[in-house]
Amino acid sequence: MNTTNLIFAGVGGQGVLLIAELTARAAVRAGFDVKQTEVHGVSQRGGSVESHVRFGPVVYSPLVTAGQADVVVGLEKLEGLRYANFVNLQCGSLLVNDHEIIPGSVAGAAEKYPHYAIEFLRGKGLKVTAIPASRWAKDLGDGRVANMIMLGAMSALTPQMSEEVWLATLTERIPEKYRALNLKAFETGRSFASPLASPLPAEAGSDPKDLSKN
Amino acid sequence: MKELLLGNEAIARGAWEAGVKFASGYPGTPSTEILETLAKHYPEVDSQWSANEKVAFEEGMGAAIGGLRVMVTMKMVGLNVAADSFMVFPYSGTNGGFVVISADDPGMHSSQNEQDNRYLALMAKVPVLEPSDAQECKDFVKLGLEISEQFSGPVMLRTTTRLAHHKGLVELGERAEVPQRKFTPDAKRFSVPIYRTLLRPGVEKRIANLRDYAETTPVNRVEWRSGQPGEPPTQGSVGFVSSSIAYQYAREIMPEASVFRLGLTHPVPPRALKEFCAAHETVYVVEEGEPFIEDQLKAMGITNLVGKSIFGVIGEYSPERLAKAIGLNVPEKPDFGKEITVLPRPPMLCVGCGHRTVFDSLKQLKVTVAGDIGCYTMGALPPYEASHTTFCMGASISTAFGLERAGHERAVAIIGDSTFVHAGIPALIDAVYNGSSLTLIILDNSTTGMTGQQPHPSAGKTLRGKPAPKLDLEGLVRAAGVKQVQVVDTWQRKDVARAVRSAVGHDGPAVVITRGPCMRLPEMKLSERGERPYFIDEALCTKCDACFKVWCPAITRTSAGFPIIDPVECTACTVCAQMCPVEAIGPMC
Ligand code: SF4
Ligand code: SF4
Repeated sequence: MNTTNLIFAGVGGQGVLLIAELTARAAVRAGFDVKQTEVHGVSQRGGSVESHVRFGPVVYSPLVTAGQADVVVGLEKLEGLRYANFVNLQCGSLLVNDHEIIPGSVAGAAEKYPHYAIEFLRGKGLKVTAIPASRWAKDLGDGRVANMIMLGAMSALTPQMSEEVWLATLTERIPEKYRALNLKAFETGRSFASPLASPLPAEAGSDPKDLSKN
Repeated sequence: MKELLLGNEAIARGAWEAGVKFASGYPGTPSTEILETLAKHYPEVDSQWSANEKVAFEEGMGAAIGGLRVMVTMKMVGLNVAADSFMVFPYSGTNGGFVVISADDPGMHSSQNEQDNRYLALMAKVPVLEPSDAQECKDFVKLGLEISEQFSGPVMLRTTTRLAHHKGLVELGERAEVPQRKFTPDAKRFSVPIYRTLLRPGVEKRIANLRDYAETTPVNRVEWRSGQPGEPPTQGSVGFVSSSIAYQYAREIMPEASVFRLGLTHPVPPRALKEFCAAHETVYVVEEGEPFIEDQLKAMGITNLVGKSIFGVIGEYSPERLAKAIGLNVPEKPDFGKEITVLPRPPMLCVGCGHRTVFDSLKQLKVTVAGDIGCYTMGALPPYEASHTTFCMGASISTAFGLERAGHERAVAIIGDSTFVHAGIPALIDAVYNGSSLTLIILDNSTTGMTGQQPHPSAGKTLRGKPAPKLDLEGLVRAAGVKQVQVVDTWQRKDVARAVRSAVGHDGPAVVITRGPCMRLPEMKLSERGERPYFIDEALCTKCDACFKVWCPAITRTSAGFPIIDPVECTACTVCAQMCPVEAIGPMC
């Protein structure tokens, strides 16, 4: 029963599949059996996207079972909420990018958007860490690397893979042109989470550097 | 060396390692990545997209009879299109190895129906292999080709969405060059249907031989964990009979139970299965889809089975679903939806996709619209609600024809360029021939958009990126006898509306080709376009919400209710600006 269960969720185009794949590759590099799965097709047209990653000595099912997830990573608030019910209530946690993408095609979406999802989930006893990853990514120069910030933060919660393993995986997979920026984003997330790995701070401030000094 | 591969990538690798020389297919989720991987990484395999699955199958059939190892790929409904050839091929049998991949989609993640293609194989009397992880996806292609050659018949390899789209570790091997077999013309075998009566007994003989083979093939393996063969079953002992990805779920939820893992599910091995079932008190039959294995077991007179009655036939399986059905302890998944709105996030046409203007004009005309398979199925959803039927590839034109006969005089059919080539051409020819005056709108995005931008005959290049003669859609439509043919830029809302109105009012069949490349084509990528994204001037905006009718994902709202455009997303397609009555939208300065 030494399987680690992870779920990555977000909106099509946010790079959910990339960070799931990087995690799976890192786990392979670290010597684990790995399975990963995702749903393709229409969901990529701006809809919700989810990917499951499981690793351990032997992995059978590629799907994570409810109540089993060690970490659920939400690249967007509503999507974090959508998969929060997979979190293992005893030892799992939800990492969520505190960023809102309002579903454009749903009537009245702006009014009904669950802005207070994070507080709500905390009230339910979930361990939730909110990270302003999209804001930090913009500060780094490209809003699209928010996914790498979230991956970095998650990496600090999965000690089964060492920092060397992660860096080697990223270096191998990310094209040279984008590598420096992505590595920087990854480090930003990782250094936010690692000195505080357990327990994680409840809320992140706007400057990751400040936090790492805590 | 082991590598993390997608089920579909593993299938491609398997074909390469097994010495496949020709591969064909038609894109369709969840099968598409197989041919894409072959084209990208394995130049030794001559791989191509064909105009449709029937053509792909027959081209593969010819190559196999010509003596090559061949693989043909399609999603499950694609095999319906190729069913004619699939049913008849077992009679002549093959010369070189022939494997057809049928990618089923339990749960209908991206399909119009749930369909268990093992029944088509049963009907055609074709053996079925079902791998259960990425490694077996690779291995079973080779095994399938060997079986095909050994028994001189086609083989089906059935995958499901979860298998095709999961990644697992695969041990890589080398390619084996397999010598081409010699084709000997044989009229009785290949060319004269009347002789098929002579071949008919051979089809039965092959299945009987395969049944014996099924008893000994190592892909049908028993994993004993409790109760040994021959011993009386221990009280309450449980066994599983399972195949495909469901086998992994069975292992996951009950690691201590014995499992009969079927890699070959048609025909199944009766002797071995009877022995296994007799050794257990209860046997759970776990298979995604229909009770294909279960019914075969029942027909053998086995009675201690529990299967579809508790697991169900609808939708995708998961470890959770199986565990619950058996009555094992599963942590309850809280339903937060009762206390907080978990808004849905439905898929929609991409940011900047020009073809949304078509729905806008159709809605205004209030006509009955028969849709087809592709991105434009989303035109049936709010706010457009301007597409009223969707069945299967090519059906828009023939359905519109039928609607017309039923009194909907201004029936409109909408179809993508790829779908038109796939199955729309005969339907258009037929409609014109039979005196229809329907309007056909071809949404020409120069690709197969929905499945991930695969080229096709009117896209002007092949799967391997080679330039190809571009099918002339206008010329083709005219050759079918259509007199009124208009071509418009799909981003010009007014032009599209004018053309559609004129076509609908035209006496006789009329075709409008709305032309605008798919936003996901590399040449349309955001970074190279729209350096000046559009923005909305709050001072001018009257909150009339007209721009929301564009249904562009880049347009959302501020907390004060004003529409705003995400500058990172916007492609500067201009459509929202064309909608705005007060000119509040324009390019950022
Ligand atoms: S995939 Fe292409 S054709 Fe389909 S909605 Fe997106 S841009 Fe339009
Ligand atoms: S111009 Fe308007 S409709 Fe076009 S992509 Fe930008 S926001 Fe969307």
